[in-house]
Amino acid sequence: MNGRSLRLGYIPLVDAAPLFIADTLGFAEQEGLHLILRPAPSWSALRDMLAMGAVEGAQMLAPVPVAAALGLGGNPAQFDALQLLNANGDVIGVSQPLADKMRAAGFTFDFADAHAAGRALLAAAGGRLRIGVPFPFSMHTELVHYWLENLGQPLPETLEIRTVPPPLMADALKADEIDAFAVGEPWGSHSVEQGVGTLLLPGTAIWAFAPEKVLAVRRGWADENPDLAGRMMRAIWRACRWLGDPENRFLVSDILSGPDRLPIPAEIIDRALSGRMIISQRGEERDVPGLIEFFSGAATFPWRSQAAWIGTHLALRNGLDPVQAAQAAGEVFRADLYRLHLRDAGADLPGTSEKLEGALHSPTAVASERGRMILPADEFFDRQIFDPAAVQR
Amino acid sequence: MTRPLSIVVVEKDRERALMIVDGLREAGEHAVVVIGDETGLARRIAERNPDLVLIDLASPSRDMLEELTLATSPMDRPVAMFVDRTDGGMTQAAIEAGVSAYVVDGLRPERIKPILDAAIARFQMVQKMRAELAATRRALEERKVIDRAKGLLMRARNIDEDAAYALLRKTAMAQGKKLADVAQALVTAAELLK
Repeated sequence: MNGRSLRLGYIPLVDAAPLFIADTLGFAEQEGLHLILRPAPSWSALRDMLAMGAVEGAQMLAPVPVAAALGLGGNPAQFDALQLLNANGDVIGVSQPLADKMRAAGFTFDFADAHAAGRALLAAAGGRLRIGVPFPFSMHTELVHYWLENLGQPLPETLEIRTVPPPLMADALKADEIDAFAVGEPWGSHSVEQGVGTLLLPGTAIWAFAPEKVLAVRRGWADENPDLAGRMMRAIWRACRWLGDPENRFLVSDILSGPDRLPIPAEIIDRALSGRMIISQRGEERDVPGLIEFFSGAATFPWRSQAAWIGTHLALRNGLDPVQAAQAAGEVFRADLYRLHLRDAGADLPGTSEKLEGALHSPTAVASERGRMILPADEFFDRQIFDPAAVQR
Repeated sequence: MTRPLSIVVVEKDRERALMIVDGLREAGEHAVVVIGDETGLARRIAERNPDLVLIDLASPSRDMLEELTLATSPMDRPVAMFVDRTDGGMTQAAIEAGVSAYVVDGLRPERIKPILDAAIARFQMVQKMRAELAATRRALEERKVIDRAKGLLMRARNIDEDAAYALLRKTAMAQGKKLADVAQALVTAAELLK
């Protein structure tokens, strides 16, 4: 119980793991920190807890700080994203009736081809498609929009993207309030276990390396508290590095599973960590390497270009100027603080803080401060490439 | 004479909802509507186009309200949380009471304040009652376990009720544990040995 107290907020999800691991395995203690982990009942509540100083840092959906910088959302407070907690981790699933219809039409649920899955979904849905997402400002929402709008298919007459809290997603499917969902694990697997959903695609099939959750603080906090921010970032970063080691996987699911952490059995949590997903009640298994990524491929680095991608898409949907939005968004992902605080901890740092998003079709070596680092494939399903310097009105 | 405000209270529990509505009535002649069923919450609130929405801070469904901050239609004005437009003290009080509020942009603070004051007072009452209910329940549970443990001791050691109670208390003090915990351990052990 020694050390300086630091309060961190989270939502019960697999990608809250870096916070739990930093606390449980002594990475925080090593930095002289005593972590107090506070669960939040909803993303808006967590954002407001952070805004009002009830916690110093929080696990946050990557688009939340970006949305705030664009003046979107119910709280005018501003945030900084210090590092990513993970890339990927979302899955898309459909209701049982819709899955049956898609199977009857010959679709085989390969859990890989976003084009085929999209066409099959739109054909089966007909005139109305209601998709549940956890929050209006989330990677889930961005991926669903990007996917459906770039399929090159006419969209249903009624397309609703609705907010449904993750623990209630399975209930919403069952009650026929939604036809499909995009949600973070383990809640997709939970809907399979409940017999109400069949998984259609991993998020990686839409964007192979998407920023998912960030470690967020109030804007300026990390600049005003450099020592504390550095200690927090190093503790979380080392937890991410530990999580990135496949040998630690089984320990992770055991640590995460529990009534005061994730109220889901360890073997279901393990599916996302191992990338061995069970997509339906028939027990069909699909392997997805990198379904959730905590460390490998510079997963923790807050690329300004990732923020710019989010900002541009939010702006275009909400009638804002995409050029200004890309600029404002980029400033929220604090690659400068990442470099400052994690260089000496042993993090290899890319030569630039911006890249073309979607340009890598396979793992590629790029220049880094220590020589070379491998970046993973990050392609979009439609092979578009996003150039943050070329955003146009 | 200002026009009455339209207020939506999101609350599943009927009794709690009534208490909150009563409190709001005391704050003035406002049109208060309760939504108990959270299905399609955002759409149903948007249809009413209220000036103010009150929801339990602990409700996961609060995220559904966030959609409203983006909607331009049918609500002509965005709703925003009140944190930026009222004093910090009230915000703190609201958080402690467990209430969050969404307010239509442009509503004057002096119109909102009495309503929020009333809402905060009622949510505080609700929270206190909830805590008391939980405490009463726990006490009742403990009472039951202690009675069962006493019964077990009386049969096993052939002693009377007072002696059984004294033995439990002595053990609890010696081990630095709560009486109810020692009783629970005894009951659990007895079940295993059955």
